[in-house]
Amino acid sequence: MAAAKRMDTPLENRLRELAPQVLGVVVRRFRDFAAAEDAVQEALLAATVQWPREGVPDNPRAWLIQVAARRLMDHWRSEEARRRREELAASEASQLEPPVEAVQEAVPDDTLTLFFMCCHPSLTPSSAIALTLRAVGGLTTAEIANAFLVPEATMAQRISRAKASIKTSGVPFSLPTSQERAQRLRAVLHVLYLIFNEGYTSSAGPHLQRLELAQEAIRLTRCVHELLPNDAEVAGLLALMLLTDSRRAARTGPEGELIPLTKQDRNLWDRVEISEGIALLTEALGKGSIGPYQLQAAIAAVHDEAARTDNTDWPQILALYELLKRMSDNPMVMLNHAIAAAMVHGPSRGLELLKALDSDSRIAGHYRLDAVRGHLLEMAGDPEAAIAHYQHAAHGTTSLPERNYLITQVARLASRRDKEVTREDESATG
Amino acid sequence: MKYILLMTGTKAGVDGYRAWSKSDVERHFAHLHKLNKELTEAGELVANHGLAAPEQAKVVRAGQGGLPITDGVFPESKEFLLGYWLVDVDAPERAYEIAARLSAGPGPGGVSTNMPIEVREIMSGKSSEMQ
Amino acid sequence: MKYILMMNTMKAGAGVPNWPKKDLQAHVAFMMRLNKELHDSGEFVLAEGLSFPDQAKLVRAGKDGLPITDGVFPEGKEFLAGFWIVDVDSPERAYAIAARASAAPGPGGAPLNMAIEVRQVPAGPPPEML
Repeated sequence: MAAAKRMDTPLENRLRELAPQVLGVVVRRFRDFAAAEDAVQEALLAATVQWPREGVPDNPRAWLIQVAARRLMDHWRSEEARRRREELAASEASQLEPPVEAVQEAVPDDTLTLFFMCCHPSLTPSSAIALTLRAVGGLTTAEIANAFLVPEATMAQRISRAKASIKTSGVPFSLPTSQERAQRLRAVLHVLYLIFNEGYTSSAGPHLQRLELAQEAIRLTRCVHELLPNDAEVAGLLALMLLTDSRRAARTGPEGELIPLTKQDRNLWDRVEISEGIALLTEALGKGSIGPYQLQAAIAAVHDEAARTDNTDWPQILALYELLKRMSDNPMVMLNHAIAAAMVHGPSRGLELLKALDSDSRIAGHYRLDAVRGHLLEMAGDPEAAIAHYQHAAHGTTSLPERNYLITQVARLASRRDKEVTREDESATG
Repeated sequence: MKYILLMTGTKAGVDGYRAWSKSDVERHFAHLHKLNKELTEAGELVANHGLAAPEQAKVVRAGQGGLPITDGVFPESKEFLLGYWLVDVDAPERAYEIAARLSAGPGPGGVSTNMPIEVREIMSGKSSEMQ
Repeated sequence: MKYILMMNTMKAGAGVPNWPKKDLQAHVAFMMRLNKELHDSGEFVLAEGLSFPDQAKLVRAGKDGLPITDGVFPEGKEFLAGFWIVDVDSPERAYAIAARASAAPGPGGAPLNMAIEVRQVPAGPPPEML
């Protein structure tokens, strides 16, 4: 069975750009998000089949709107239960179906509205991710399924259920009120962050046909940034993605093994992405409404600006983590803060900070705590204790690349210890 | 989060299945079929397979020159995998819920078999840090 | 024809291997190469590693249908550590792939010679159930 092909020809890129614009128009006309979304999907698929054969229409957006509208009405017509609405829609639609030139322009707010709908906080993260990639990203179900390594039927259902969930929670097709807006925007940014994370942290592996989710996340975040150019956290998130993505070529070795940031070959970092990230971040910080994404981006920027690991401005990073700690009580932030503190004040300072986490039920006993402890104990010159913690961490992680990395650290420390023992024996025996 | 749910049995147990009446078998499959449909509709089913009878099982080791050495002798008491479900769920509790549904599958006379289902988390190819 | 190739482990032996670094790297590289070959030949369907047996749970349905979970397994139980599912033209090809997996290198680069259990994955319910 062939995996879904990566679609990145100019035609497919254009279709993906048009998808949310078309969807916005169709939803506003027919007031049924779920049915409109299905109809637009069908229109997009029809375009990928017909346009290469017959040529791209003069007004591609209008073509897609008309085809989607027809599909939607066909769908309504075939539903017994909707007979009354169908009659009404048919009479309205025959008035509404204008000549190609008169099709109303897509409203930029439509795409933003779609983002808000698809990332509604009532949806689970995996539902919101799938729905956003389809409705706003214009990706096919097959592509999304392939990206998440599930069967197409499973992903199709996940998307249907997400749409049904939106319907039952009565989310309207309109921008959130000013009261809800901050929370709703945070939900959108969170979904985009999750998509980027999924794409960036997945091992390259043999899944060569997988969609570039990280690129998709960047593209969608750019879209939100263009729609909300004055929002500092949106710019901050985009900056964070670019500053992180810039390291992609250096993060794994030839055998797919993980390479920590401090050990990466910086010649492989993408300086163009870094420049863009820093420019975005500088502009965002200038707006004076600092937030967690901007802070994380700033930390990434400090790393990315260092020509060599030794040049890393750890005091700056520590100061940024101290600010981030105040905004976010995420225990993972505290782990990273402890590492930064160790780099500035020495490993015992870092280890002291970790002790506080032992009584935080969200992270006590978590393998990441063991891994960081192992790292700091090694810094502190206690390899035996470091080995024990790395081993414990390796046992507890469900990430294969991380497990391999941790086992390798154990092996490295154990072999160093064994060499030293041999040297001692040799010098003892003279 | 991906989990694998393992349904195992012994040779003796499998022989026991062969004594089930046709309606027992149909009822059992209907239960599994219904569960699979629900899991697909929930967007949680990744894969499900029942396996061929243990008589067909082989154990393979690499022999000289990499050629396979196969052996088909298993003790009566050895536990065999009868089937597995791969699910993608939001939390481990959901994986246990699905396993309980499998466990409750009906046996002879429609009585729940209450078979134990082993639940294991699948290792992910993702790392947790964006290093 | 689909086959499942299973790597089993005893609970006692399961866990983080204690090998020298280059032997670990050779093992991981071998497995990646095997998976890539199976992808290239079109025989790869699925390959997964499972978390360690001490994380395993046994679930039964309680009276109300709710799950009862525990982590108690019989002594000497074999646990699944990982598996491949391959789509091949003959059982011999499945055994050949299993032999490759079995020969994965371990400490000192010597083939581990693991026992790989091979079972056919039928397209529908097992015939004796029909």
